[in-house]
Amino acid sequence: MATASSYLAAQARRRRELITPEGLSLSLTVAGRGARFGALMIDYIIINVILIVLTGFLLYLAFGVIGLDRVSDPESAFQSLEFLAVVWLIAMFVFRYAYFLYFEIGPRGATWGKRMLGIRIAARDGGRLTAEAVIARNLLRDIELFLPLVMIAGAQSGDSGLAGMAAAAWFAVFMLFPFFNKDTLRAGDLIAGTWVVEAPRRRLAQTMSVSEAARGTSQATGAKYHFGEAELSVYGEYELQTLERVLRDNQPESIVTVAETICAKIGWSAGQGDERAFLEAYYTQLRARLERDMRFGKRKADKNS
Amino acid sequence: MALIPRFGRKTVESPPDIAAAALRSDRFRLEREGDWKRLETIVSRMESGRLRKLSDDDVIALPALYRTAASSLAVARETTLDAATLAYLEGLVQRAWFQVYGPRTSFLGWLRRFLGGGWSASVRAIGPDILIALAAMIAGTIVGWLLVSSDVQWYHALVPGEYGGERAPGASVEALRGTLFDKPEGASGLSAFAAYLFSNNAQVSILAFSLGFAFGVPSILLLIHNMALLGAMLWLYHDAGLLVDFIAWLSVHGTTELFAILLAGGAGIHIGRSMAFPGNRSILSAAAESGRRAAQVMSGVIIMLMIAAVLEGFARQLVTDTGSRFIIGGFMLAVWLAYFLLVGRRLPPARGES
Repeated sequence: MATASSYLAAQARRRRELITPEGLSLSLTVAGRGARFGALMIDYIIINVILIVLTGFLLYLAFGVIGLDRVSDPESAFQSLEFLAVVWLIAMFVFRYAYFLYFEIGPRGATWGKRMLGIRIAARDGGRLTAEAVIARNLLRDIELFLPLVMIAGAQSGDSGLAGMAAAAWFAVFMLFPFFNKDTLRAGDLIAGTWVVEAPRRRLAQTMSVSEAARGTSQATGAKYHFGEAELSVYGEYELQTLERVLRDNQPESIVTVAETICAKIGWSAGQGDERAFLEAYYTQLRARLERDMRFGKRKADKNS
Repeated sequence: MALIPRFGRKTVESPPDIAAAALRSDRFRLEREGDWKRLETIVSRMESGRLRKLSDDDVIALPALYRTAASSLAVARETTLDAATLAYLEGLVQRAWFQVYGPRTSFLGWLRRFLGGGWSASVRAIGPDILIALAAMIAGTIVGWLLVSSDVQWYHALVPGEYGGERAPGASVEALRGTLFDKPEGASGLSAFAAYLFSNNAQVSILAFSLGFAFGVPSILLLIHNMALLGAMLWLYHDAGLLVDFIAWLSVHGTTELFAILLAGGAGIHIGRSMAFPGNRSILSAAAESGRRAAQVMSGVIIMLMIAAVLEGFARQLVTDTGSRFIIGGFMLAVWLAYFLLVGRRLPPARGES
């Protein structure tokens, strides 16, 4: 269980409580660096694919439709080419900045890459996310990402020598900035007063305790499962949630395995082929017991506590 | 019952059988999940930008539903161990909160407010920083002039080859005059040139702004370096006796472009200064506050650079008379000064800025 508890500890470290204007406590989870990096990669792939397609389309217009390579009048050919060049230059600029601005000012507060990875930006003080904040955080991306990459590439060739290396190191500080603060802020977040948080979109899952089996009676065999005090006091909340996940996933093999494990642990033998009903009954009764204790202020985190 | 598909449509549509639930916490949930799902539908519509599809009833119900869900969450945290329901509620309340406290204005609303005084007010708010930037730019120009006048070799160090072209020490007066007054062949090539200039200048000014992060020092150095280039060129044309003509040629777009770079540098210095001297605030909140104000200045800088690119690409090449050039440049300067000094003085400060 060492890995599970360290994962939970890492989750807890990224949790932040925010008090809304109504005085409600809202818990946010700061997005991980991996998710943020992944979102950035997806966004750049999208932007570059669009630019490559656009460039290809403009070249097709230039040589396929207008026929620049076989036109006789150089003056008109030049004008068509110029128009295409203007379109291309403006598209380059627009996609580099407007892509991020448009999506992050919008109601989702996230680009396509961020949406795919379930994260969004939010104002760090709990207030509204303003357009100015989004502009500020995106303008700073230039020195955080493009300059260090260009500088480091230049420093390796060595023609700028020590000064180049120093500049590369200086800019690398910006690139590594998210690794040196607990909210994984990059410099743009700091300037804009924003942070990136997880924005999960979950469906409401099925209620667990409405089935007949949850009341203790198996529909398949008619067997009644009722567990005593000793059998229910073995496990805690962590095991309950693991069991919940197993039941919701509904994989036959893991249900059999888990049922066998629990039977061995509590010294019970359930009939073959009725594992799901057994687990539903055990889950419901364990949860009823733990929730009752919870109302009295007693909590049992896991089987060891 | 247990074999109903977990996420099946049926479970969503049929009214929950509350009495069937064996657990008290599940009954609590079943009694309220209708409201949660209605809230989720409203929030999903708002997130996808389909605001028109929301009925008036939904809009009125949103705050109440949001509070209901939030208090359900508070209760559920204390009474239920159903991890899936808790996770769903946490996510739902968070999404509803983002919408209830989300940005209220559309892009057009923001633009109207921005041009109607938000921009000029933020420029006035960073006035001292703009003066620092102005001092750096003047100093840079003087340094450039003095360096080149003491040793011509400096010219090549300051002015990169692709900028200079024919404008190099030793060029004949006629060649220099040609760079100022010759019409380019036809009018072709100008719009592409303007678009190129714009994206280039925009990147320089974004750099001047971003480098303010390091307490403003690199912004000042960048301004001095760029203006030293101008100083060197001024000296070159002065040497050829064309100083006034050069300034007129430059002023057509220069009053707008240099003003924009001045504001960008000022915005960068503003961030750096508020981080170095945050006063009573924490460094983080000082940086965030000045960053938002500076970003508003920067949005305007981009607009100014677009105008400058159009002036540079078209007006400067097509108007070849020194007097007319001064009139255009001076007029633009007057427009900018009037806008920044006069517009939006009586506007209340933007809510996002305080």
